[in-house]
Amino acid sequence: MTEPRPQPLVRTSDLSKRYRVGRSPFPAQRRIVHAVEQVSLDIFPGETLGIVGESGCGKSTLGRCLVRLTEITSGVLEFEGRDITNASQRQLRPLRRQMQMVFQDPAASLNPRRRVGDLLADPFRVHEKLSRSEMMDRVEDLLVRVELLPEHAQRFPHEFSGGQRQRIGIARALALKPRLIVADEPVSALDVSIQAQIINLLCDLRDEFSLTYVFIAHDLSVVRQFSSRVAVMYMGSIVETGPVDAVFSAPRHHYTAALRSAVPVPDVDNRPGQRIVLKGDLPSPLDPPSGCRFHTRCVAATSVCRHERPVLSLVDKAHFVACHHPRGG
Amino acid sequence: MPTDAPLLVVENLCVSFRTEGGVVPAVSGVSFSVEQREIVGVVGESGSGKSQTLLAILGLINSPNAVVTGSVRFLGKELLGLKRRALDAIRGRQIAMIFQDPMTALTPVHTIGDQIVEQIRAHESVSRSAARKRSVELLDAVGLPSPESAVDRYPHQLSGGMRQRAVIAMALSCNPALLIADEPTTALDVTVQAQILELIGRLRDAFGSAVILVTHDLGVVAEVADRVLVMYAGRVVEEGGKGQLLREPLHPYAWGLFGSIPPMHGPRPARLTAIPGSPPKLSQMPHGCAFGPRCTFRHEACAAQPSLGGTGGHRSACFLPQDSRQDLRRTLAGRVEA
Repeated sequence: MTEPRPQPLVRTSDLSKRYRVGRSPFPAQRRIVHAVEQVSLDIFPGETLGIVGESGCGKSTLGRCLVRLTEITSGVLEFEGRDITNASQRQLRPLRRQMQMVFQDPAASLNPRRRVGDLLADPFRVHEKLSRSEMMDRVEDLLVRVELLPEHAQRFPHEFSGGQRQRIGIARALALKPRLIVADEPVSALDVSIQAQIINLLCDLRDEFSLTYVFIAHDLSVVRQFSSRVAVMYMGSIVETGPVDAVFSAPRHHYTAALRSAVPVPDVDNRPGQRIVLKGDLPSPLDPPSGCRFHTRCVAATSVCRHERPVLSLVDKAHFVACHHPRGG
Repeated sequence: MPTDAPLLVVENLCVSFRTEGGVVPAVSGVSFSVEQREIVGVVGESGSGKSQTLLAILGLINSPNAVVTGSVRFLGKELLGLKRRALDAIRGRQIAMIFQDPMTALTPVHTIGDQIVEQIRAHESVSRSAARKRSVELLDAVGLPSPESAVDRYPHQLSGGMRQRAVIAMALSCNPALLIADEPTTALDVTVQAQILELIGRLRDAFGSAVILVTHDLGVVAEVADRVLVMYAGRVVEEGGKGQLLREPLHPYAWGLFGSIPPMHGPRPARLTAIPGSPPKLSQMPHGCAFGPRCTFRHEACAAQPSLGGTGGHRSACFLPQDSRQDLRRTLAGRVEA
């Protein structure tokens, strides 16, 4: 990026997360899954970065790494210029106010045995010294802000619909006015009409609290609506990243193009061009293909793709692609 | 078999459940028909009654507290109230079903091949080896790579997309006249979904089966269906050819649904239209039009229950004047832009 930009809020360099599969005492039988491989990203204040990819591509793991909900195997993670790759939980505690997460399934992330008011008061108990009445005021403000009612504080999570529960999850993330919210599939469990309500709410909150979002989703149209920049992941790596319009209207990576063309559109007059149907299945992450991870399914693969791993390189303004033979722009 | 008669005619189908809180209606007076070789898409959100409609058609609602009334005629034969044995001769053979989660439709302890063979031999008297040969052909037809070895695999050895293909192969094993698919691609990734949708389209051509495809995704419907039913709160609120319904939807609920989906082309709207509120609880169904409480255009007439009406094949259950609908629809979209 050539133009001067503010300091990134979050920066990762070669961030990787590996999981060991199986607990055999024999090293030869231990296998390793590279969930996230050498991801380098800058996330700037006020932007919304969408992360898209299919199940198992590592997008959720990356999201969890960004807020240090999981240990990072290698690489560097910086938040506001501070290296927090190996920060202890105690060191992270003050930073937790700044970074929050919204999860996919609000039912699973809200304790069913506690009242919503108590759930929402937790962040204040941990991070701020408030009197009980101050705390309840703040909780009521939060509920109103996510378009629920103050009296909802007395209810239990099961008394709410899926959309309302997601509003509670958002309220909890918002409680301490964080700078960064990582939202992992926040609308994918909801019906379409409710999805739209939640997306609108997240948009309003972004403007009101000048939030920076990392928005993880498998639904490309939702990401297009909500994000300013997008990163496409395949088998743990980012294969393409750039401004949303550029990446979706003129994808340079063959995987992005296939993903883009696979989205069914409820429109009979504006059919997307030729549907690119990918051959075969996702290879096993335990035994990833050599070279470019995508070469086994790529139409443009040549021998260089089988041997050499492509790196992200600039193809257009702020548009990067990791491919030996990128598509025409 | 007369080819011009509809394959399936559903009339005034009602499904309700007796619960502690009284009788809860899940499906209220659903009527539609499916022509030979036609793909009908049924769209609706959770609780709209789309799955219950399918289960009722197949006689799969066996809760002692369920009450199913109305009529379901398949090739002229009434299915409701048919004895189990008579139904078994039709289900699996002439009408097949594909469920959302392929893992629940396959038993984990038998190979894919054994399960398809069992299905074939339950309906036709063929030898085991002939049935197995046919299984391999079917797996090949649904695009499973190396079908000769896949036939001996267990479900857990296949990926989600492969399992769904195996389930489709099983459904097709007796060459059914009607295939009922309940959210067949919802559990799958988009690229795999694209493969399966393409397959369903091809099957109609190759096997001549009609398909009822239930989905919450209007995009999926646009992809494969010929005709579309939109369901809300247990009723069909709009019905029409795919082109008509997607270009000029008539029901305010459909407008809201379309407005809720972020576009993949052109400018991005500042806000999505969305539909305020949430669908009614089945136990607390509003009087009159069930969509009324969420509808921007609600007026006095809406206190009564609207019935499906309209010209040609495109009908909707709404009291708004037909000729002003598209203008109203544009106001709704314009309100969001402003």
